[in-house]
Amino acid sequence: MDINDISTAVRRVDALEKCSGTAKYVSDYDFNDCLWSKMIRSSIPRGIIKNIRIPTLPDGYFWVDYKDIPKGGKNYLHMIATDWKCFAEHDVRYTGETIALLCGPDKKILEDLYKQVEIEYEELEPAVTIDEGLNCKGGAFVNDNNIHCHLKLQVGDVDSAFKKADRIVTETIETGFQEHVYLETNGACCKIENNKYVFYVSAQCPFYIRKSIAPLLNISPDEIIVKQTVTGGAFGGKEHFPDVLCGPLLVAVHKIGKGVKLFFTREEDMENSVKRHPSKVVFKTGLDKNGNILAMESKVYYNAGGYLSSSFVVLQRGCFHVSGCYEFPNFSSEGFGVATNTFPSCAFRGFGAPQTLFAIETHMCHLAEMQGLDPLEFKKRYFIKKGGITSTNGKVVEDVKIPEMLNQVLKTSDYKRKVKQYALGSGKGIGISFYNHGGAFTGNGEQAIIKAKCKLKKYSNGKVEILCGQTEMGQGFKTILPKIAAKVLNIPLIDVIYNNPDTSKVPDSGPTAASRSTMIVGKLVEKAALLMKERFNKEKEFEVETSYEHPEGYDWDQENFQGYAYLGYGWGVCVVEVEVDPCTGEVTTKGIWSSHDAGHLIDEKIVHGQVNGGVIQGIGWASTEVMENINGYFKQKSMSDYIIPTSMDYPSQYVDFVENPYKWGPFGAKGMGELVFNGSGAAYIDALSRAIGKRISSIPCPTEKVMEYMLNGKDIKDSLNICR
Amino acid sequence: MIKDIDFILNGKKVTIKVNPLSRLLDVLRDNLNCKDVKEGCSEGECGACSVLLDDRIVTSCLIPIGAVQNHEIKTSNYVTSTEKGKIIAEAFADGGAVQCGFCIPGMIIAAYDLLSRNSNPTEEEIRLGISGNICRCTGYDLIVSSIRLAVERGGDIWKK
Repeated sequence: MDINDISTAVRRVDALEKCSGTAKYVSDYDFNDCLWSKMIRSSIPRGIIKNIRIPTLPDGYFWVDYKDIPKGGKNYLHMIATDWKCFAEHDVRYTGETIALLCGPDKKILEDLYKQVEIEYEELEPAVTIDEGLNCKGGAFVNDNNIHCHLKLQVGDVDSAFKKADRIVTETIETGFQEHVYLETNGACCKIENNKYVFYVSAQCPFYIRKSIAPLLNISPDEIIVKQTVTGGAFGGKEHFPDVLCGPLLVAVHKIGKGVKLFFTREEDMENSVKRHPSKVVFKTGLDKNGNILAMESKVYYNAGGYLSSSFVVLQRGCFHVSGCYEFPNFSSEGFGVATNTFPSCAFRGFGAPQTLFAIETHMCHLAEMQGLDPLEFKKRYFIKKGGITSTNGKVVEDVKIPEMLNQVLKTSDYKRKVKQYALGSGKGIGISFYNHGGAFTGNGEQAIIKAKCKLKKYSNGKVEILCGQTEMGQGFKTILPKIAAKVLNIPLIDVIYNNPDTSKVPDSGPTAASRSTMIVGKLVEKAALLMKERFNKEKEFEVETSYEHPEGYDWDQENFQGYAYLGYGWGVCVVEVEVDPCTGEVTTKGIWSSHDAGHLIDEKIVHGQVNGGVIQGIGWASTEVMENINGYFKQKSMSDYIIPTSMDYPSQYVDFVENPYKWGPFGAKGMGELVFNGSGAAYIDALSRAIGKRISSIPCPTEKVMEYMLNGKDIKDSLNICR
Repeated sequence: MIKDIDFILNGKKVTIKVNPLSRLLDVLRDNLNCKDVKEGCSEGECGACSVLLDDRIVTSCLIPIGAVQNHEIKTSNYVTSTEKGKIIAEAFADGGAVQCGFCIPGMIIAAYDLLSRNSNPTEEEIRLGISGNICRCTGYDLIVSSIRLAVERGGDIWKK
């Protein structure tokens, strides 16, 4: 490859086929020999199924439910936990829970039959919010307290430090649901090919699907082949959720002996899919006479929904990130995954980190404002550095370049001048946030659970194929990974083949999640390419394999969550400037400036695109993306009532980076796909609260809420609640 | 009710027997195999199903096929094979406009429609021009700059 630096942008390998529309997404396949299907779901948030009236089915139409799971099979989806049922049996825990799959050859007849299905329930009182879950409204349905999962961490000694505090203040910060709105809705097709169950599916993690659904038929995952189709966005929403489609499809194909396909409409997808966990973080902070933080306690509550599924891992990441980019002398966090009768919450870009990072950034702003200090100056006192102790009593392994990044954004945004110029409540405001994201799986996940493997194969024609399970979902990995191989081998990019994964052909390199693909699998490819290089000209056709090796001396205790949670963090600083209409509360974003540390960038244009998209998604989450669950039903069901950013909503961003090569990443690269989401919401809310002069402690904050704050909100300078 | 509908699709005359109330989107995808037209929201909000109707952008999920009788439809696969469309696609590819790609066929149609009406749009005008097309990946910046790149590369071609 004729570029000197791996960062130099190249054209994405999949760009032109996506422009012409010839890239084949799952709904673009014919699957003519397969039956259509409709999912039958619970229409109530909580209750007992009393009776199901199935209409008389014409020949060739099938009703598939839990009774069709063969003897020895288990009615669950093995995500991380195994509690999420494939089909509801006697009770339902949330609106949209899968009860059955109706299959048949004609879409219209299927639609008619679907409307004739009648389900009688004995309805029970649902618990919908975190507080309702904690109060066991309607009676506990998980354990005896509705707590799915729990953890506790401490650095130093918070209680002793509180005794020395001049005053202790408390504050609660809340965040709401967020819907992924990947432009391509969920879809999958299962067929029998050569006596194996073969799935074509829009998904992030093909190997996850095999593992999750094989127990349904009590078969080995090898009996199932998953072929990822071009995936039209995912953002975490296609990490575990495709299992919810593929499980019932597998049981249906097993029963019917014929292929079955399932595609969600947008409304169906929005009403009946996983969302970002709503959160509530309660801080208790002890200050000395001079307003310095002596100790901070945080209680982190995540609304996990009806089943645990992946929520404990999300909660862990939340608790590991709740101290933000800061090191406090005494700090504790305690996390609770709360069971409610809402659709189970699951992965969404950031995986639990954005909620707590928003919380700590916002709390830090409020601690500063109540003392009449500029939030930036206050936050600066606590920036963590290399060697600093993390919330899990590990250390930060790398250089922390926050000062350099801060200098960049101060310069580009003219922050200091604007802070002086825009008085609190003047209608103009500028805000700033600091954030990080631990790259790859937490703790020992990579070495103990994932154990990623990757292969490179050289063919006699000189072409090289990458064999691994990573998927392209828009983030650019189909270009990033071949670029790494091509650069090491010094061959043209076009000579590197990297097909969408087919689980029967590639080794399991772990999920495409947790900002781990470039950092971990990219490194495996770099290592494999280096091994291949030595033999490249001598041998015509050969294969090399590499597997993950954890650097020694960075241990993790998974039982007590102690040690090195992450070896490499991405870091970010974001500044947002807004103007608020004093009559309508309408907010105009005037500027967005950011700087990120993603190590050494593999492709500056791809990374730039990730920053742009992540930052806007983060501001959307904090502002217009209102997803309410009223009595167990999502209120927003379409793209006309769930408002995601359009091209008119935000100005072009000013994007900067710092160079900070990561010693265990390919060419020095670190993970960054989630990082870029993690901080823009807090910067936006900081700017907005300064502009209106009111304290904002919950998101989303759409125009109508801005109005409410303007009319009845607490003054930004008011003291937080003093509890001692 | 089944009727013969005649129209020009991507430069070729087609006749199709179909219920005239069928959505243009379904007829294009299911009857005429134009899989380049994507279904995103089914209610005219996201623009993924955009096509050109007599060279103006429409969302094909909202148009009954009967309304297309004797009119001309162009989809992104065809548009990107034309001289102007190629310039847009190449600029999108070089400018980093494409991520997951699901909105892109519609976005190409929006860019084409815009540049046919305005040969030298400002950033504001570009943002307005693509405002009916939702993208969840890019935050729009690189789409906007890619359209500028197409303007610069095409030069006078946009005045034709």
